[in-house]
Amino acid sequence: MSGQASSQAWSSQKGAAALAAPPLAEKRRAFDGRVLLGFLLPIVIALLWEAAVVFGLAEGRLVPPPSRILGTLWALAETGELWTHVWATLWRILVGFVLGAVAGIVFGALSGSSQTVRRILDPTLQALRAIPSIAWVPLFILWLGIFEESKVALIAVGVFFPIYLGIAGAILSVDRKLVEVGQVFRLSRFQLAKRILLPAVLPEAVIALRSGLGLGFMFVVAAEFMGASEGLGYLLVDGQQMGKPDQILAAIIAFALLGKIADSLLVLLTKPLVRWQDTVRESL
Amino acid sequence: MLELEHLSKIYADGTRALSDINLSVREAEIVALIGGSGCGKTTLLRLIAGLDRASAGAIRLDGERLTGPHPAVGIVFQEPRLLPWLSVFDNIAFGLDGVSAAERKGRVEHALEKIGLAEHARRWPRDLSGGQQQRVAIARAFVTNPKVLLLDEPFSAIDAFTRASLHEHLLGLWEETRPTVVLVTHDVQEAVTLADRAVVMQPKPGRIFDELPLTLSRPRDKTGLPFETSVRRVLTALDHSLNTTQQKPQRERDRQAAALWW
Ligand SMILES: Nc1ncnc2c1ncn2[C@@H]1O[C@H](COP(=O)(O)OP(=O)(O)OP(=O)(O)O)[C@@H](O)[C@H]1O
Ligand SMILES: [Mg+2]
Repeated sequence: MSGQASSQAWSSQKGAAALAAPPLAEKRRAFDGRVLLGFLLPIVIALLWEAAVVFGLAEGRLVPPPSRILGTLWALAETGELWTHVWATLWRILVGFVLGAVAGIVFGALSGSSQTVRRILDPTLQALRAIPSIAWVPLFILWLGIFEESKVALIAVGVFFPIYLGIAGAILSVDRKLVEVGQVFRLSRFQLAKRILLPAVLPEAVIALRSGLGLGFMFVVAAEFMGASEGLGYLLVDGQQMGKPDQILAAIIAFALLGKIADSLLVLLTKPLVRWQDTVRESL
Repeated sequence: MLELEHLSKIYADGTRALSDINLSVREAEIVALIGGSGCGKTTLLRLIAGLDRASAGAIRLDGERLTGPHPAVGIVFQEPRLLPWLSVFDNIAFGLDGVSAAERKGRVEHALEKIGLAEHARRWPRDLSGGQQQRVAIARAFVTNPKVLLLDEPFSAIDAFTRASLHEHLLGLWEETRPTVVLVTHDVQEAVTLADRAVVMQPKPGRIFDELPLTLSRPRDKTGLPFETSVRRVLTALDHSLNTTQQKPQRERDRQAAALWW
């Protein structure tokens, strides 16, 4: 009796679910106007600053108003100089990031999946991590020269550690319960890694890659301070030496934009891999 | 035929989770393991599933000794344990590696039909309710056609109403291939609804206290008198199993008191 009632309830549940199942993907793709709220604060601050300079309340020489900064940025873009610097910087980050990320993933995976390897590897890497990466600069210059190699090496070192830690930690925190599901179906070690461990660590791996990329941007500035003839870092140093605060701020804005674009690109590229995730992080 | 012979399990920390378990389960028989918390029910299933190793004793399936996970043994855990990155369809197909794509599709779709989730095949596990997830987990174990199916309190987190319909779905799947089923449960009603035999366990160390055959005809009428009687019998056995551990020291003290008196 109760069985019949419940099976009826189920079939109506089914029907409702079928009706209500929305094409979620489309809903998410639609542009959400509220994103624009994020622009409100910087624009208000820029306008206030502009007004302050225009009305003589603040001096625009050392802290140039937004209009001057944008003008400088525009001028640099028009002469093509900006793109030279942007490409130089991006190229260094890309090479350094790829090297650091590959090493971080390989070592992180080794250290996360084998206790013996972790016992051998981890203490040394942790000790190396305690060294401020900038401290390597003199050595890198001696070893690799003052050109691209030493810069890329510094970036790679900076990128390596968060990725190594993130990957190893992600593997260690994989739910034993899911691993057991693989064991019950008698997956080989390789299959287990491919079908359970890999997908399970992907979300944290993406976060590790993102923080690695962020550090890449941090270290490219340090690397370009070491002496570069091009790159956004060079624009910063040059702006300081020539007393051009507008150029410094233009370079900073370029960094902000590039960093944000690179991060969004990484998120976009990895999104299909972590689509299944059920967290609030999705909105970040 | 699933046979457990003198099975014992002592965990690394010295906990005697199981001691000298002897049980044989006929082909197509449904056995319910009942007992208080911590009497080794989960441990027993994990041993049979090959997820843990017994400290002593043997497990045989049709004469063959089991030493690890075996293709003929499937398990449904207390939690659904679905892989969140796979769709419902792919979750059910997870254990179907050796079969052709067409066969896999056929089997999974049939299972989906059976558990009433056909239109959810392409959804993520996270978009299902708890009961639906548990049904998917059961289907995942069934599609590989195991000879022995182990169920560890699969419905304990589910409300009574949904549970009743899950019982029907389970029996529906079971009818098709008639595997041997070992079902752990806290719920006496559930045991009497599903099982051919109830095995009552006792803790510290985990052992079998009593076995009660449940020979009601199927489908079982839960409102009938025979059902009520069976429930009461199992409950009584369960009561005894819980009480004897407390009574023993009591009796011991009585005897000591008596000795003093004399
Ligand atoms: N990995 C472990 N290491 C040490 N002791 C354990 C381990 N797993 C379980 N135990 C102990 O073994 C005993 C039996 O545990 P088990 O999980 O099999 O009980 P259970 O009958 O399934 O209980 P419940 O009904 O609460 O699920 C308990 O005393 C428990 O503390
Ligand atoms: Mg248990």
